[in-house]
Amino acid sequence: MKKKFPFHIIVFLFPACFIYSIFMIYPLIDTMRVSLYTQNLLGENMDDSSGIRVFIGLRNYYDLFFNDTWSWHFWNALKNNLYFFLLHVSIQTPIGLLIAAFLSNKELKLKNTYRTLIFLPAMMSIVIVGYIFNLILSNLWGIPQTILGVVGLEHLYQPWLGLKGSALITVSLISIWQFVGIPMMLFYAALLNIPEEILDAAKVDGSSGLNTFWKIKFPLILPTVGLMCVLTYVGNFNAFDLIYAIKNIYAGPEFSTDLMGTFFYRTFFGYQHQLGNPTMGATVASTTFGIILVGVIIYLFAFQKRITRYQY
Amino acid sequence: MKKIISSFLVSIAFIFTALPVFSGTVIIESWRNDDADAWNDKIIPAFNSQYPDIEVVFQATIPAQYSASISAKLEGGNAGDLITLIPFDASLKLYNRGWLASLNDLGGLDNYPQVAKDAWSTDDQSNIFGVPMASVSHGFMYNKDIFKELGLSVPKTESEFFAVLEAIKKDGNYIPLAIGTADTWAISTMGFQNIGPNYWAGEKGRKGILTGEEKFTDQHYINLFQTLSYWSKYMADGYQAQTYPDSQNLFTLGDAAIYPTGSWEIFTFSQNADFEFSAFAPPVRDGQTDCYIDDHTDIGIGLNSKAKNPAEAKIFLEWLTGAEFAEIFANEVPGFFPLHSHSISVNDPVAKEFISWKDTCDTTIRNSYHIVGRGEPNLESVLYEVVSGVVNGTMTPAEAATKAEASLANWYEPHQ
Repeated sequence: MKKKFPFHIIVFLFPACFIYSIFMIYPLIDTMRVSLYTQNLLGENMDDSSGIRVFIGLRNYYDLFFNDTWSWHFWNALKNNLYFFLLHVSIQTPIGLLIAAFLSNKELKLKNTYRTLIFLPAMMSIVIVGYIFNLILSNLWGIPQTILGVVGLEHLYQPWLGLKGSALITVSLISIWQFVGIPMMLFYAALLNIPEEILDAAKVDGSSGLNTFWKIKFPLILPTVGLMCVLTYVGNFNAFDLIYAIKNIYAGPEFSTDLMGTFFYRTFFGYQHQLGNPTMGATVASTTFGIILVGVIIYLFAFQKRITRYQY
Repeated sequence: MKKIISSFLVSIAFIFTALPVFSGTVIIESWRNDDADAWNDKIIPAFNSQYPDIEVVFQATIPAQYSASISAKLEGGNAGDLITLIPFDASLKLYNRGWLASLNDLGGLDNYPQVAKDAWSTDDQSNIFGVPMASVSHGFMYNKDIFKELGLSVPKTESEFFAVLEAIKKDGNYIPLAIGTADTWAISTMGFQNIGPNYWAGEKGRKGILTGEEKFTDQHYINLFQTLSYWSKYMADGYQAQTYPDSQNLFTLGDAAIYPTGSWEIFTFSQNADFEFSAFAPPVRDGQTDCYIDDHTDIGIGLNSKAKNPAEAKIFLEWLTGAEFAEIFANEVPGFFPLHSHSISVNDPVAKEFISWKDTCDTTIRNSYHIVGRGEPNLESVLYEVVSGVVNGTMTPAEAATKAEASLANWYEPHQ
């Protein structure tokens, strides 16, 4: 007997596909479409409801990459964003791993308290974090001056958030401080998953604590480390809120803290007296999407496919 | 469910019938929540004593949402009769879309200087769509107690100004200048646009930039950047991280002697500062006889092209151009000055000080708004960047001038 076509599968998949298409895929494709147009910003010769958009092909992309007006900001934002990401990967991930390794130690007391405290900042509103750090690091009412003064190092104080050379590092460290709980949680969960028998066997064979960690635990949680890196990558290239909360939309000083997200916001929505440019904004958004896509593809093919998974 | 929907509909219907829309009611849309009392208690009653038949309602929304909400209301055709307007392009856009009526035939517009009308006119000045309402002036506020304590007098020239700053710095108890560069707009607006008119000779220089006769690489602009770079010596340590609210607090707490600012602070400062303060005009350059004040057009009011009561609204607009409104507004909203040409008496001592400069000095508006305020990137935001760069010491005055000129030349024909 011929098998009946499984209509029920379509019926069950439909709601999810429909909602995903309407709210994710359609806007994404339409953004890419809009990025091929240009539009008169002052609204001259416009009727009531529609702005006249003119098709200009890839001109916006050319301007974004090569025309100095836009390209300086684009490459600057991209460079800052890469730096922002590298700082996260090279500081946040190892610290998260270290804390998780400590927490998974069975002899540690008050484990839950530490875990909660370290995870707490990740649950705080970014606006509050930004505001608090602006105050903490303020040149007028901040506290580093006092703390450094106690040990006689007052001259080391600098307005870190305001200096071109250190603003981006400072903002990155604030972000790392806030979100270090997330890799910690993921690594902690992965470490707990490692079966006792393997660790006991290692102990019986005379493996030291450090040796066990690097030779046994770390390879077993490597997929999680990779996952964490790609999550950080996507998160960092979509980052916007912390910069907005701390340095506002100008991402000062002199755009040294400008990321793709803040660059997009300024382009698309405009700011103070600059009218927004929706079509150029769509170009920036599409480019950001492309950058994230390339990164994720590299992860999938170069990392995830090759990694050895252990069944236990 | 049905019950909920029907009760919802009923309540909506209720709200609509409850709205006091009588014929002949003029509704004013505004973002100036702060001025609601002045309008309801003083301005509108004064108008009604002359025109008792016209009811005027002042309807203010939250400032941050005003631009978006007014566009939406105008587009939807349910905006009030009179629309409070921000200056230049954002309002020009509303006019270009046909949402604002032309006011060319409105009586009383002769009461304003052309520079005030520019903010709500088309580029060729052939159509005006907004009545100029109020301006804000730039200047320096100073803490009178500190000046008395240190035996300082108000500086008139630039060398006197720097001598005063030096004396305050030497004393060491107070920060000479309360301003930082973390908010780039603050140092650009309250530094560059504050003392700038003395360098570019007010309207002459502003028009020179518009026509392309003057360039930012001209010596007087480089000198201006140079002077601003000297300010950093007298700002608080770590001024690079100091925000606009930080500077405000620094001054109102009495920790700083001089605050480069604008008249819009008068109202809040008189409530928060427990010391006497006053203001002085931007010091002129040594040997310069004329002085120039930045008196920036800030608030205008236009007529909705689909107004329900256009005739009544126009009567009200015409009344706004008169001396009576100017007098009430200046006194009820200190720090915001009517743009009328005739002189006005004001009671607030600091506001009075600001106004008095206009007797001896020529006024101009910020040079980065009219026409050059559009384009990508617009001049205003380029100035934010280069002025803060110069004060931070990360850019030389010549580099700043070159950058400002280059970004203007990028899109503005007279500079190419």
